[in-house]
Amino acid sequence: MYEILEIKEIAKETYMAKVKAPLIAKKFKPGHFVIVRVHEKGERIPLTIVKADKREGNITLIFKVVGKTTLMLSRMSCGDSLADIVGPLGNPSEIDKFGNVICIGGGVGIAPIYPIVKALKNAGNYVITIIGARSSDYLFLEKELSEISDELYIATDDGSKGFKGFVTDVLKSILEKRGDQINRVIVIGPTIMMKIAAEITRPLKIKTIASLNPIMVDGTGMCGACRVKVAGEIKFACVHGPEFDAHEVDFDELINRLNMYKELEYQALEKYLGEKSEK
Amino acid sequence: MRKLPLDKRLRSFDEVALGYDLKEATLEAQRCLQCKDPPCVKACPLHVNIPKFIKLLREGKLKEAANVILEQNPFPSICGRVCPQEELCQSACALSKIGEPVAIGRLERFIGDYILENNITLPKKTVSGNKLKIAIVGSGPAGLSAAYFLSMHSCEVTVFEALHEFGGVLVYGIPNFRLPKEIVYKEIERLKASGVKFVKNVIVGKTVTVKEILEFYDAVFIGTGAGLPNILNIPGTNLCEVYSANEFLIRINLMRAYKFPNYDTPIKVGRKVIVIGGGNVAMDVARCARRLGADVTIVYRRTEKEMPARREEIENAKEEGVKFKFLASPVRIIGENGHVKGVEFIRMKLGEPDESGRRRPIPIPGSEFVMECDTVVFAIGQSPNPLIPNTTPEIKTNQWGCIIIDKNNMTTMPRVFAGGDIVSGAATVVEAVADGKKAAFSMMKLLGK
Ligand SMILES: Cc1cc2nc3c(=O)[nH]c(=O)nc-3n(C[C@H](O)[C@H](O)[C@H](O)COP(=O)(O)OP(=O)(O)OC[C@H]3O[C@@H](n4cnc5c(N)ncnc54)[C@H](O)[C@@H]3O)c2cc1C
Ligand SMILES: Cc1cc2nc3c(=O)[nH]c(=O)nc-3n(C[C@H](O)[C@H](O)[C@H](O)COP(=O)(O)OP(=O)(O)OC[C@H]3O[C@@H](n4cnc5c(N)ncnc54)[C@H](O)[C@@H]3O)c2cc1C
Ligand code: SF4
Ligand code: SF4
Ligand code: FES
Repeated sequence: MYEILEIKEIAKETYMAKVKAPLIAKKFKPGHFVIVRVHEKGERIPLTIVKADKREGNITLIFKVVGKTTLMLSRMSCGDSLADIVGPLGNPSEIDKFGNVICIGGGVGIAPIYPIVKALKNAGNYVITIIGARSSDYLFLEKELSEISDELYIATDDGSKGFKGFVTDVLKSILEKRGDQINRVIVIGPTIMMKIAAEITRPLKIKTIASLNPIMVDGTGMCGACRVKVAGEIKFACVHGPEFDAHEVDFDELINRLNMYKELEYQALEKYLGEKSEK
Repeated sequence: MRKLPLDKRLRSFDEVALGYDLKEATLEAQRCLQCKDPPCVKACPLHVNIPKFIKLLREGKLKEAANVILEQNPFPSICGRVCPQEELCQSACALSKIGEPVAIGRLERFIGDYILENNITLPKKTVSGNKLKIAIVGSGPAGLSAAYFLSMHSCEVTVFEALHEFGGVLVYGIPNFRLPKEIVYKEIERLKASGVKFVKNVIVGKTVTVKEILEFYDAVFIGTGAGLPNILNIPGTNLCEVYSANEFLIRINLMRAYKFPNYDTPIKVGRKVIVIGGGNVAMDVARCARRLGADVTIVYRRTEKEMPARREEIENAKEEGVKFKFLASPVRIIGENGHVKGVEFIRMKLGEPDESGRRRPIPIPGSEFVMECDTVVFAIGQSPNPLIPNTTPEIKTNQWGCIIIDKNNMTTMPRVFAGGDIVSGAATVVEAVADGKKAAFSMMKLLGK
């Protein structure tokens, strides 16, 4: 049913998969995500839609291998089918003519930032994109992003490409020079990175949007697993988000909740790898 | 009724109530007085002809008994198991004035299981020109019931479900030990066999809109339930190991977390679990947690007498070692390094009765106390699912978020009908089935070509 039309490794531990999903493709807007179940006994995991082809009826996902589900997905081939895919979920990103916008994608966060950069550019904004990863091996979509961004900056932790350091360091140096000209910052990546970015923009009072990635189950507002605290209120990221005002998000709580199943997830992965090596 | 032995209950999710065999059922059926103007029938939301099916049962005419039930109730195997009979059919039974009422639910379950085993279906009825094309949104009991009655009258029916399994609360909420998943699957298979189409992974309002559906269908029935969990915003609510009952039960029932790591979805149960609430949902959570090896306490702010849960389920929970603490309400959840360490409660006393007729709990100042635990589950109710009203402004809701309907179960949007928990707020399976049935007949009456 949900056939994989194409799947390939595009960077270290990072894969791109094109999946048949005509109804979802038709409704796609930047910022939307889907919930995927790889096999009949599988978990439901959220992945952002990077691209959609309405005519061909397919969507493109980019994912990083971090645990059992993403590992299994990476081992699937063209022609295989996913057990389930449902969406589009979440609210689309707010796209408008803001003026000068900085878009930041850290790690696999480069994938979800791509459709936003594209839409903001189409809406007539001046878009400065900052992407970063551990090293150059982990970078992807550089070419595509450089084509649609007015400025593109790259940062790597080890300096193997671009600026040596974090994307937030680049953000800081841009804001030091041109902070008063920036109308909005959008940041997607590891939670700690989004937290630091929010701290940088807070004193400058630049509206900053973060796309949160809490653990989800149904993705439709039924379980509350994805709850986050925003401006002191409980919000469900899957239906009220996933994008929120970064200055109001309780990131420490989110970081804590993301680690909740760490040991159990490791156990599932170990078991899977054990079974694979026995064969 | 025979039950699974206690040691087996605590080690598995197998069904606890084992049901009657033919001999037991016949014996129980003998007790019915065959009342002339049977009060039990009026008290059943589906108006099952109870004395008639019981009479046929005791005469050994099981197939005929099955047909009598199926005229009114598509899912006797389910209702027989989960209806609160003590408040419905059985509470009205003439025998209840002098002793035990007839065990109508158990008898209905017996016939329901006979129907599934022998694959009994009523022949389709073609009322002139009923051949409507109907979309059902949500595959809970309301949606399934509407699908059954429409399909039985030769309408073309498609059911759209957001999740990856069909059945609504019957599969994601009510645990296997009360309602085996097999039963729900078989009922859905029967509907498929009668021509109802089922499509999973479609969120109406997101994947397709109600308007788009109306372009291809004569009418839509909305049975999206009350799936939005209530969570208390007290300090500590967002610590790890604090669950809504819905998340806890979805992980266990829908995602099979009790079979982790054979299934991939994990759950953290810990050694000591506190469940906050006093309804059927609280009992289900507590009994699941017991089966996963935890020491479980249900904390309820009123007393045992006011608990809304069914007696039978409270008894089952007690037998399985669930502890109860009454007249206490949570003030904050205490954490350490982000993990739950305990809950601080305040003691309550009962005041005057409130709107619901139950005595209102009032906190006693200065009576705070702490109970240690490593998992907390909130089972304090669910609200109507807001997804469709939010994306379909034509469909109006009341102040509680329930979809407003007229006497034909039609919403404020023409050709769109609704029923079940989305209309009434969290209620019962049989009321949802009754709503689906009523809406089905309204659709045929109002739109039948
Ligand atoms: C709205 C949303 C959009 C997302 N989009 C993408 C995307 O486009 N590409 C991508 O690679 N990833 C994305 N993620 C994260 C992705 O869902 C997780 O990486 C995935 O669930 C991990 O599953 P697993 O079984 O492979 O790993 P697991 O074994 O379950 O987890 C390994 C580690 O990953 C983290 N993790 C687990 N579940 C989640 C989760 N739901 N969200 C975030 N981190 C998690 C935990 O810290 C955990 O320790 C998104 C998450 C959200 C909420
Ligand atoms: C744990 C628990 C135990 C219970 N125990 C009992 C009991 O013992 N006896 C009893 O009588 N009642 C019980 N109830 C209540 C009973 O289950 C409900 O009243 C009943 O299921 C309501 O039926 P419904 O069809 O209205 O909705 P639901 O059963 O909630 O089904 C709604 C369905 O619609 C789907 N849906 C929602 N939104 C969309 C959308 N936009 N598009 C597509 N699909 C959508 C949902 O995924 C779900 O499958 C219990 C409830 C719970 C939670
Ligand atoms: S459907 Fe429920 S209320 Fe009606 S007779 Fe059967 S058990 Fe009783
Ligand atoms: S009220 Fe009781 S005794 Fe009378 S017909 Fe109904 S089940 Fe039988
Ligand atoms: S993932 Fe279940 S409510 Fe958001």
